[in-house]
Amino acid sequence: MSGFTISRRQMLASSAMLLASTAMPTFGWAQTPKKGGRLVLAADSEPRNLNPAIVASNGVFFISSKIVETLAEASFDGKDGLAPRLALSWEGAADGLSVTFKLRDGVKWHDGKPFTSADVAFSALQVWKPLQNLGRTVFKDLAAVDTPDDLTAVFKFAKPTPFQLIRNALPALSSVVPKHIYEVGKIEDNPANNAPIGTGPFKFGEYKAGQYYRLTKNTDYWGKDEPYLDEIIYQVLPDRTSAASALEAEEIQLAAFSAVPLADLDRISKVPGLKVISKGYEGLTYQLVVEINHRRKELADLKVRQAIAHAIDKDFVVKTVFLGYAATATGPVPKNDPQFYTADVPTYAFDVAKANALLDEAGYRRGADGNRFSLKLLPAPYFNETKQFGDYLRQALAAIGIDAQLVNNDSAAHIKAVYTDHAFDLAVGPPVFRGDPAISTTILVQSGIPDGVPFSNQGGYKNDALDALIAKASETLDTTARTDLYKEFQKQVAADLPLINVAEWSFISVARDTVGNIANNPRWAVSNWADTYLES
Amino acid sequence: MTRALTLLRRRLVGSIFVLLIVIVGTFLLLEAAPGDAVDAYMVSTGGDAGMIELLRHRWGLDQSELTRLANYLWALLHLDLGQSVTFSRPIRDVILERLPTTLLLMVSATALSFGLGSALGVYAGARPGSFRDRLLSIGSLALYAVPGFWLGLVLIVVFAVDLRWLPIGGIETLASDKTGLDRAADIATHLILPVSALGFIYLALYLRMMRAGMAEVWRQDFVLAARAKGLSRRRIVLAHVARNALLPLVTMLGLQSAQMLGGSVVIESVFSVPGLGRLAQEAVAARDTPLLLGIILTSAVLVIVINLLVDIAYAFLDPRVGAGEAGT
Repeated sequence: MSGFTISRRQMLASSAMLLASTAMPTFGWAQTPKKGGRLVLAADSEPRNLNPAIVASNGVFFISSKIVETLAEASFDGKDGLAPRLALSWEGAADGLSVTFKLRDGVKWHDGKPFTSADVAFSALQVWKPLQNLGRTVFKDLAAVDTPDDLTAVFKFAKPTPFQLIRNALPALSSVVPKHIYEVGKIEDNPANNAPIGTGPFKFGEYKAGQYYRLTKNTDYWGKDEPYLDEIIYQVLPDRTSAASALEAEEIQLAAFSAVPLADLDRISKVPGLKVISKGYEGLTYQLVVEINHRRKELADLKVRQAIAHAIDKDFVVKTVFLGYAATATGPVPKNDPQFYTADVPTYAFDVAKANALLDEAGYRRGADGNRFSLKLLPAPYFNETKQFGDYLRQALAAIGIDAQLVNNDSAAHIKAVYTDHAFDLAVGPPVFRGDPAISTTILVQSGIPDGVPFSNQGGYKNDALDALIAKASETLDTTARTDLYKEFQKQVAADLPLINVAEWSFISVARDTVGNIANNPRWAVSNWADTYLES
Repeated sequence: MTRALTLLRRRLVGSIFVLLIVIVGTFLLLEAAPGDAVDAYMVSTGGDAGMIELLRHRWGLDQSELTRLANYLWALLHLDLGQSVTFSRPIRDVILERLPTTLLLMVSATALSFGLGSALGVYAGARPGSFRDRLLSIGSLALYAVPGFWLGLVLIVVFAVDLRWLPIGGIETLASDKTGLDRAADIATHLILPVSALGFIYLALYLRMMRAGMAEVWRQDFVLAARAKGLSRRRIVLAHVARNALLPLVTMLGLQSAQMLGGSVVIESVFSVPGLGRLAQEAVAARDTPLLLGIILTSAVLVIVINLLVDIAYAFLDPRVGAGEAGT
């Protein structure tokens, strides 16, 4: 961590890691996974609806992805960053009007019924498109799903839909639920939403509210010799400090999703038998963003927004707020995205003098008290880091003569204040990048979104050129052309600053040394854990 | 017996008004809090305008506040607590699942603070101003000044993480399939730390009251008479002084039950105990108004019942009180 000096030991360690990570997928690791055992891990929240086909969120996936599987999962080395799950292959037609999935043979639902293309058709048309939080956008033009045979599903779109988007959406949006369970009665009220039935390596066992979820091994799983674990227990630990203590006391073996606060990581990494892992979340990147209310006259001025961007020391934020477990951001696509990211965008170096000059130029001179104007700053309360960045931003703005008043709310109140009431000038938000800008990123800057839609442009920003660019990208079928358009999108956002991207971060896992095959895909914590094992 | 019945009747009539005020007050407070259940839900999922509208409709949030309050009261008249929006289950079931845990925690903690507190109070009050009296006073006040969550965390670090004598939290071993006595022992082991954290805080209160009560009784004529009779100091302390000083403590027991409920919110979070307090916290965060109303109603009934029991006990312990009440 200390500058450029790398010790010999660190050098050796990192090259060994590199060797291991490249060798692992091809040759297989020397360690042969053991069978059996119960993995106990921390869960900090209790999602009530466990159906990932309806609620595509990390909190739900964390538990349900072991029970209900998607068509494909994210992968470090697979083609297009994907590995097959329920689908073996996917092929998009040149006209963008259809996508053909070849499905895995011999897969059974947990109740013994065979999995077929009818289940995929049902899930796509009856669940993802009308009911799923993300699917309602991505699959809005899905008109029909043809099932010429039991193992082929052909998605038919009413309007040309980029195959790249569908592909990128597969890991998060394509959880397949059984048609025979859901076709009776209202899908939202189906009891299986609380006790899911899927094709995954683990079956839903039981849920004791406030205590635990128990998943048990699916002995009929399609993966050869998988799963290795007999049971997975999610112990509900609502207190921020309890996951670390529970790991130390050996009551749990794993805490994912940064259940151990960043500030405790240094200490806990020194506890014998525990390891801190920052890999395995590459596909779940959160972005630290300053949301701007452009209805405020001062903030509608580009110079003021540029001044604010220059006033933020991103390196300091990464070092102090995130203790190094983050990266500085340049624009609306995170640096770790392999398909779309471009560094070729206007950047804003930390420069207080320049920021002050820009504000003077804009005509907002300092008053007698040294302030130019004051505004309301609402940091989102969902993460410690968003709250801490709120404190930092207040100080950074004070340095350029902007008096920011912090307004702290709880989650529900924050959502209402920012996205429905627009009662903010600046807000700190953590939007998620979901592998394709069209899923949940362009909506952050696009105009014409109704009031009340969370994690969207509610700052009154309207830029016709940018809107046109987003519209064009959404109907461009050629992957290269589409990618180029999103690169242009990043440039325009960084130039006009509808919002300011500050940093990008993901989560940290802490585990006992005995837990094997951790972090072996970019969405590991929300993948199926068929190959996770415990050494005795 | 008529004395107790009169008391019961008067209390019941009064209680209904208390409960009504509690319900309407809580409802209005929650309505005043910004954001509703859908806003809270959106935090983890997000969703488009159509989906938000759909959810507001499904959860009945598109109706006016007055309609919802009226509906709630009407259902309550039929002893129906309604449906929780976050759990999608009947609220009665959700609460009944958690109530025993909280009751167990509260009763054990009260027994600890009352029992140990009054015993130590007697011990300290038997020789007012002595070294042991001062030591106990200072010690118990120090405990009283400590925030509950901090005491809980320290207990966890010492007894669960470092020494590993006791489990770190929860109410029983997870998915252990224990039954009967094994299970009871398991639950008791899990309760030791949270009960201590909750009980030790209120210990000082009983200790100080007992001690002060005893100091007052010491000056009474009948104590002088007992001493003149030549009774042993031990007998005077236990049979005469302590017994009379105990009465105000019983009143305190009733008043304290409400505070205990409040304290259990914090302790349940720190020790991951699946009780009513934690449920209330979750209900507020999720803006699950009917669930929170159900919890508050349950707690209010609980406090009323405890105070009633205390008053009845008091009426039997001290005839002067009961006679006064029944006479009016």
